[in-house]
Amino acid sequence: MGIKILTEHIDNPELKKFEVYRKTGGYTAVEKALKTMSPDGVMEEVKKSGLRGRGGAGFPTGMKWSFLDRKSEKPHYLVCNADEGEPGTFKDRYLLERNPHALIEGIILSGYALGVEDAYIYLRGEFFYILQILEKAIAEAYEKGFLGKNILGSGYSLNLYCHPGAGAYICGEETALLESLEGKRGNPRLKPPFPAVSGLYNCPTVINNVETLATIPWIVNHGGDQYAQIGVGRSTGTKLISASGHIKNPGVYELEMGFPVEEFIYSDQYCGGMKNGKPLKAVVAGGSSVPILPAGLILKTANGEPRNISYESLAEGGFETGTMLGSGGFIVMDESTCIVRNLYNFTRFYRHESCGQCSPCREGTSWMEKILYRIENGEGRMHDIDLLVDISNNIEGKTICPLGDAAAWPVASAIRHFRDEFVEHVNRKGCWFD
Amino acid sequence: MIKVTIDNIEVEVEEGSTILEAARKIGGKVVPPTMCYYSKLRDTGGKCRTCLVKVAKGSAKDPRPMPKLVVACSTPAQDGMVVENTLSQEVIEARKGVVEFLLTNHPLECPICDQAGECDLQDLSYGFGEGESRYEEERRRFGYNDIGPYIKINNERCILCYRCVYLSAQLTDKRLLGVLFRGDYAEISTYINAAVENDFSGNVIDVCPVGALTDRSSRFKSRVWFTKPYDAHRDCPKCAGKVVLWAKGDEVIRITARKDEFGEVEDFICNECRFEKKQVSDWVIDGPRHIKRQSVISLNHYETINKLKETPPKD
Amino acid sequence: MDNEIKFSAESLELVNRIIARYPEGKQKSALLPVLHIAQAEFGGWLSTETMNYVAGLLKLEPIEVYEVATFYNMFNLAPVGQCVIEVCQTGPCMLNGAGEIIQHISKRLDIKPGETTPDGKFTLKTVECLAACGSAPVMRVGNRYHENLSTEKVDSLIEEWCKCGKSSHDNPYNE
Ligand SMILES: Cc1cc2nc3c(=O)[nH]c(=O)nc-3n(C[C@H](O)[C@H](O)[C@H](O)COP(=O)(O)O)c2cc1C
Ligand code: SF4
Ligand code: FES
Ligand code: FES
Repeated sequence: MGIKILTEHIDNPELKKFEVYRKTGGYTAVEKALKTMSPDGVMEEVKKSGLRGRGGAGFPTGMKWSFLDRKSEKPHYLVCNADEGEPGTFKDRYLLERNPHALIEGIILSGYALGVEDAYIYLRGEFFYILQILEKAIAEAYEKGFLGKNILGSGYSLNLYCHPGAGAYICGEETALLESLEGKRGNPRLKPPFPAVSGLYNCPTVINNVETLATIPWIVNHGGDQYAQIGVGRSTGTKLISASGHIKNPGVYELEMGFPVEEFIYSDQYCGGMKNGKPLKAVVAGGSSVPILPAGLILKTANGEPRNISYESLAEGGFETGTMLGSGGFIVMDESTCIVRNLYNFTRFYRHESCGQCSPCREGTSWMEKILYRIENGEGRMHDIDLLVDISNNIEGKTICPLGDAAAWPVASAIRHFRDEFVEHVNRKGCWFD
Repeated sequence: MIKVTIDNIEVEVEEGSTILEAARKIGGKVVPPTMCYYSKLRDTGGKCRTCLVKVAKGSAKDPRPMPKLVVACSTPAQDGMVVENTLSQEVIEARKGVVEFLLTNHPLECPICDQAGECDLQDLSYGFGEGESRYEEERRRFGYNDIGPYIKINNERCILCYRCVYLSAQLTDKRLLGVLFRGDYAEISTYINAAVENDFSGNVIDVCPVGALTDRSSRFKSRVWFTKPYDAHRDCPKCAGKVVLWAKGDEVIRITARKDEFGEVEDFICNECRFEKKQVSDWVIDGPRHIKRQSVISLNHYETINKLKETPPKD
Repeated sequence: MDNEIKFSAESLELVNRIIARYPEGKQKSALLPVLHIAQAEFGGWLSTETMNYVAGLLKLEPIEVYEVATFYNMFNLAPVGQCVIEVCQTGPCMLNGAGEIIQHISKRLDIKPGETTPDGKFTLKTVECLAACGSAPVMRVGNRYHENLSTEKVDSLIEEWCKCGKSSHDNPYNE
């Protein structure tokens, strides 16, 4: 087993209690930072760590922080994105329900580095029970003097609140999230301006994913350089991978970046291979939004190099033969999977979750869904297949937010790698998988 | 001032201007079409995606091209920026795609639509649409939606530009209209079938780029191309009182605000002027209205309608 | 039936505490949490009266509340059963038999997704990925997730709920 940064004590069911977290070394990073480091010092460590955002885009966290308009007279905000909604992804939920204090500690450290006095956790609405866990953990942190006025006598003050959403995948997109936090519909905003300049209540705002923020305590404790030693190349540290689908041991795994995909899928320590003994057919490696890859291309790149779990390796080959790490949601499919049905399911999802503001996404997702429904149900026509590719091209890159791309990529990639299966559906007038 | 080049034409605009503002300053063909942006309404723009353009050079300081097409209406222009609109094949293709999307669920009922002849979507599909629609699925339907005696709403035709909602928020004292639901189920509504009738609410009809919001007091009386527009004015305590009377003979069929060359209202008018003053004697006639925009009405492009495989209306 | 829409003193206090979490003048931010509490307290759904009441509390135009309530899936805009069963139907769950679970519940309660049993006890809803794909198939009932579902497991849960008169109209802030 490799190094555990986020999950070392996660099997302890009591970890969500302040005292227990504290005993495992919790909140020592806050003590260290507030007593011995300047905000810029914390920022410097995060930059050195090479940590990249774990919400999906993989943007370097230190760089994102440096964009915050520190000079602005307005209040500055830190918002934690805990809206986890990407199909195939459930690692934030895992951290939130088992190790909430790691997130709170990460928020305190980040807030200190950024000069923030108020922070919010935007929590996915369906997580009612986690709201209660977080409210309790936050109350404990206030009580012990780690939140509120003058934390540990350092002069630094931070308020932290939890804010529940109400069922909308799009609110995971950072500007839709801000709208939602302001009590509005979750319509993504036009950028520029970026949140670092004008975010929550038009004030400079940093938005980070749960996993990203929960990593900060380790970085502060051990130093950015040491974090950067872990992993491979520009993919530093560890990554939580949510594994689901037709595997023996679904669940959340913390892996050092660079871990071989093949070992991850087949080793008994991890996914344990295929559940029903059927061969692997395809994997969606980064949550439903990233391109699907057939077995051959997920285990090895087109050049025959073994793929590993890192931003670079999974992207190797571009969209022709590669994919993306995304949010680390590994959806594993065996031979019994109908690619058309699965794609229909995903496309239905995106249609349902489109906010509806911009025409390519609103109209394009619903159009693609209808065509895929027809193909799966025996009313497909041969020209539908290229039409789908065309529609996905007409959406990609033309929308306000990346949900449009997220809906287009699965379609384009499924047809790119499994065109025969679409053709067969048309020829056979429907689906032959049971 | 900053210098921007659009389709090889250079123009100087104030710092902070958008690409669209620069293009409108040049005028003519370089101006990208706009279905949601409205310069007189704050926060509009960015949604329809018809104004997508290519930035071939970001600025004098940072000459890199922008990786994706950007919306002209909401993207700030930079000094030394080079923009391609009609010159870029990529833009033309993208715009075709957007127009196709806008038409997928739009009913092909131009012959019975009051907006026919002055519909931005009709103009756009004339310019960019493909002859045959590739959309073979069922069109979206919406439930009954009543917004009172003055204004008729038809959500099937709506392209969700949000202009009417911003107008209601910015021009009327109590917003009743909103966007409800989400995705392709989103619709303009009051939720409670409330009558939308505060002083300036009628302007939603003029800002609607399609025939989703139409004037109930004039519906079905006549097609626009059988009426003659006149500039007229009156002393109105509430608004500037500058309107266009659309008349057939001596009969005033309907009253609208005056629109500029970009199809935008010059001065918003009050509901009294629009809905209550239907006698020629209520008005001082200034003379015939010259419709400046390159629209179906001015060009008499009835082919557009033929193109959509429909018969021209007989009135 | 008590027709007057008004929060209990306790809920009102909670609402005021929540409003105080946002800067002054930004009380609209409290809209989602307050709608959750309202939905729990006023029968599991949001009537126009409930929404108007919330608008009044937060000093909003009613349309601002309608716009928001209709955007988010968790708000029910029509009456629902005492116990709302939300089964995930997205990809990973589908790969692991969500379809069967939905069918099974549907048959057992004799309602289609989106419908409520005539006795008003149950509503079946299909929902999108609940972030529990590793323990698929999954459903959410109020405050609780039920994971690794099988038809047997679902049967015994439904039996239990029939007996205890289960309500899923949970206030997210109360255990
Ligand atoms: C449609 C859509 C949904 C998203 N959902 C989430 C989400 O559930 N959680 C998350 O952390 N980021 C999500 N993101 C990414 C966020 O926009 C944002 O990039 C991220 O929260 C930034 O945090 P990071 O830099 O720490 O990754 C989503 C993006 C899009 C376009
Ligand atoms: S891409 Fe889709 S979800 Fe994103 S803003 Fe446009 S319509 Fe909304
Ligand atoms: S006018 Fe620019 S996006 Fe609609
Ligand atoms: S797909 Fe059902 S919980 Fe993710």
